[in-house]
Parts: sequence; C-alpha cells; structure tokens
Amino acid sequence: MATEEALTAGRDLAGRLGLEVAALAIGAGAEALAEVAGRHGVARVHLAQHPVLTDFGPEAWGETVAQAAVVLGASVVMSIGTDLGNEVMAQAAARMDQPFVANCLSIDPDWKITRVRWGGSLLEEVELDAPIRFVTFTHHAVEPIEAPVAATVTTFEPELAPELGRTIVKDRGAQAAGVTLATAPVVVGGGRGVGSPEGFAVLEELAALLGGRVGCSRVVTNNGWRPHTDQVGQTGTKIAPDLYIACGISGAIQHWVGAAGSKRILAINTDKEANMVAKADYAVIGDLHEVIPAISAEIKRRRG
Amino acid sequence: MRVLVCIKRVPAPGARINVTSDGQAVDTAHLGFAISPHEECAVEEAVQIVERIGGTATVLTVGPADAEEQLRYAASLGVEEAAFVVTDGADWDPQRTASAVLEAVRALEARHGSFDLILFGNESADSGGYQVGIRVAHALDRPMVNGIKGIEIAGESATVRRPTDTGTEIYQVPLPAVLGVKEGINLPRYPTLKGRLNSKKVQIETIESSAASGGQRMIRLLRPAEQVSETVILGSGAAAAPAVVDLLEEIGVV
Repeated sequence: MATEEALTAGRDLAGRLGLEVAALAIGAGAEALAEVAGRHGVARVHLAQHPVLTDFGPEAWGETVAQAAVVLGASVVMSIGTDLGNEVMAQAAARMDQPFVANCLSIDPDWKITRVRWGGSLLEEVELDAPIRFVTFTHHAVEPIEAPVAATVTTFEPELAPELGRTIVKDRGAQAAGVTLATAPVVVGGGRGVGSPEGFAVLEELAALLGGRVGCSRVVTNNGWRPHTDQVGQTGTKIAPDLYIACGISGAIQHWVGAAGSKRILAINTDKEANMVAKADYAVIGDLHEVIPAISAEIKRRRG
Repeated sequence: MRVLVCIKRVPAPGARINVTSDGQAVDTAHLGFAISPHEECAVEEAVQIVERIGGTATVLTVGPADAEEQLRYAASLGVEEAAFVVTDGADWDPQRTASAVLEAVRALEARHGSFDLILFGNESADSGGYQVGIRVAHALDRPMVNGIKGIEIAGESATVRRPTDTGTEIYQVPLPAVLGVKEGINLPRYPTLKGRLNSKKVQIETIESSAASGGQRMIRLLRPAEQVSETVILGSGAAAAPAVVDLLEEIGVV
C-alpha cells in the first residue's frame, strides 16, 4: 500500500507546486511498478539497475536516490514514512547534506509542513527551506487515488561503489506461519490488569475462539510477561483489526497510538474512568478474569 | 571492544504530552523523564556486549543540563564512561543534533581511541526524526542499518537482524559500524543499588558544540483534535457476556 500512497501523494504535491512528477523504482519486482505508477497518474518511471542492488540495502538505496535526484534535477524527493522509507530518505538526505522531514501529514505550497511527533499524539508545524527538499508522508495518512495515464519506463544506472554492498541484505528468514498481530482481524490485548504471565491463558483462549492474536501493553513486556513481538504501541506493533478487545489496559498514549487504527474497540476494565474505556466504542466494567472466561463460555455455548 | 551508545532525554513514555501556551515547547511541569525507549535498549545492548566480549561502554547525549540524570541512569546499568554535549535547552533540529553528535564522537575518538560500534535508537520517541544516527554514520563513512533487533559480534564483523512485515532481514556489517536498535532487542535491566552508587562516581566529560542549525525549523507544537467517542457500556462483570457475544456476532468476528 505504501507504493500507492507515495504515488498519490507525489502526484498531488507536484500538481499543487506546479512541478513535474516522476517515480524512481528500486528492488525486486520494480518492473511491475510501472503499471502501478501509470494507474496512479505518474507517467515517468525510472527503474534503477546496478549489480550492487541484489537486495535491499539502506546505503546503496540511499545513494541511488541521491544520484537520481541530481541526474533528474529534482527539487523535491518524497516517499512514505515506513521504516524502510524513512531510512532510505535519511540516507539520501545525509549524502546530499540536505534536511529531511519525516512523517508529514500535510505540506503547504509555501513549505509550511505539519508532521507527527510521539507516534501521532502530538503535531509539529515546521518550515522546510533547502535546495532539495526530502520528505516522507506518514504511512496510512494518504488515501490512494487512481488517475490512469500511460507510463514510460527508463532505466537509471547509478554509479555505486562496491563498498555499498556492506549493508545489502545477506540472508532472509521466513515469517512464522499464521496470522500476525499487524494483520489479525481480532486482537485481544492485555495490560497490567492481567497480573501475571499465567493470567494471559484466558486471553489466549478467547483469541483462539475468534481467530485472532493476543497483544499486550508496554508494561507487560517490561515486566517480562510476554515477548516484545506481542506489544501494541508506539514502540511495538501498530494494529488495525476489525475489533480490538483491550483487557485491563489503562490506555496510556504510548499504547493508544498503536491501537488507534482499530475499527472498533471493546474495553474490559474494573475502572470505568480508565482512558481506554473513555476512548473505546464499547466497554464492560469488571474483572477481566471473570468477564473473559464468561465470554468464551458463551461463544462455546452458542456454537453448541 | 569499544561501544558508544547515544541517548536522548525524553518525557517518560505513557504520559499525556501538553504544550506550553506559546506552542514553543512541551509543558514539562508534571512530567517525569527517561531515556527514549529504543535507546534504553541500546544501553542494555552495549552493556551486554561488553559483558560478553570485554571492552568499554560509553554513553553520549546531546541535551539540556538536566539530561545528566539519563547519563547517570545509563551509568547505573553498567556503562563506564559518559560524555555530554549540553544544549541551551531548546530541541535542536536533526541536522544540528547530528553535527553535535559527530563533533563529540570525533573528540572522544581522538582522546580515547576509536569506537568499534556506535549504537543509536531507531528513532527518538518525542521528535521522531529518523535520521540522526544515519547522518552521523555517513559522515564517519561507517556502515549503518536501522531497526535492529539482534546483534552478534564475531571477529571483525557484526551479524544483525531486522524484522520486517514479511520475515527477517539478516545483514553482516564490517566493524567499525553504526546500528539503530529497536525496543525488543532485549529487556533492559533495572539498576542495582551498587550500580546506583557507582553511577555517582562516573566522570562526565563535557564537549562543546559549534553545530549550526539545519533546514528544518520548528514553528510550533500543537495537540491533534481529540477524538470524541460515545462509549456504549455493555454491562458489568460476567453477566455482560451475552451482550458481548451479541456484539461479536453483529460485527461478524465469531
């Protein structure tokens, strides 16, 4: 999705600034991006090719972007603020000794920018003044819009020193099978209120009944009750399930920015004043150790 | 093995962040402070590396005078040396911060020998610029990979792992190198009493900065519009279970 977001945002920004827009594609499957670019209104596609570019590498990709900016005479270089997008743009900006503004929400034609801080719980307005402006838009902040044109592809051959191979991916490990926290349709999250590692058994049972995954707050991972891969939050995973069931979670900002993408939130908490209860769509007031087993039992009863 | 870890003092994660009335700063009146979370893990990683293979861990920060608290905290976890670029208290832009870190690294390396490994956090929790470590690494012409959740040192190189949406990327970078680490690489320890006592004795080396401002200038901070939602209370205790399952059926997740 980030590719479609980048093309849409780039086309829109170029239109408002009165600039031409072109796409630079690097990496495996880059050839297929010409069609995607054309479909999203970007007619010029430059396909980077070089023997060093065997796989992703932050330095080699950053150098490729920097050289493309010079060769193509770009005054703005933009991408989407995924981890990879921010890393490559920072590499490119460092190589050009230009500023780079990460995670923008909006950019005015006079280069007054609104960007996110604290994972989105605080905003910052900045001015960006530079010969070449490097920016990323916050991931998921741009709605992809199609505007089909015919795209032409040109090969771009950067000059890359062999040393840049030092940070090319050497090997890849496969993902464990099954639904991930980021893509699960239901997430059952537990916080301090779960009380112990063993306390998560009831959350595991409910998650299994709903085909979902167990998540947790930062307090839980800091206590060593769950692995960090289960953490929902600014420093963990950002989730976007159909339903997030937040159990015994107070709803600190650090957790909320990871859960805010959920379509619906059901909070289960003994404290009806808890932040999570106030922000949730639905709530049950009570002890999760009584409420969750009762929900699981009711699901099993109805299934017969 | 000489390891440098670069940290930032930020309001402790979890607190609601308010802005001063002129929009020029975070209102710190009721806030506690901590090492930014990814960087706290970087400190733990530096200490563990030195425990495993020997050497020295050094901590560096660019920040207000109060950031001495975070340097002392890192020292209480086992870091032996500390260096400090004291700012005027304003939050420096990413280019200026990177220049100040670079000046400090060069000064420390000239005085005490070069670092085999420099650790940063993936991004700071507060300003989230995603670039200071990358700029420093480029200026030093050292390899840099961000988002790291596993480091193994073997001889003259480090094998490092970075989780992605689809699996894990594995890199083998020659030393000296710069890495940006993410929370989850380890579980940071708590300071022991002995650690706390030792941290008071650690000499903090101050380093002057002549770094100039970059091209990103803050105009003001503001809070996003609050999402107001009406919470539907489905009931209390175990008796709410039928209403909950009705809801699960209605939205089609059961």
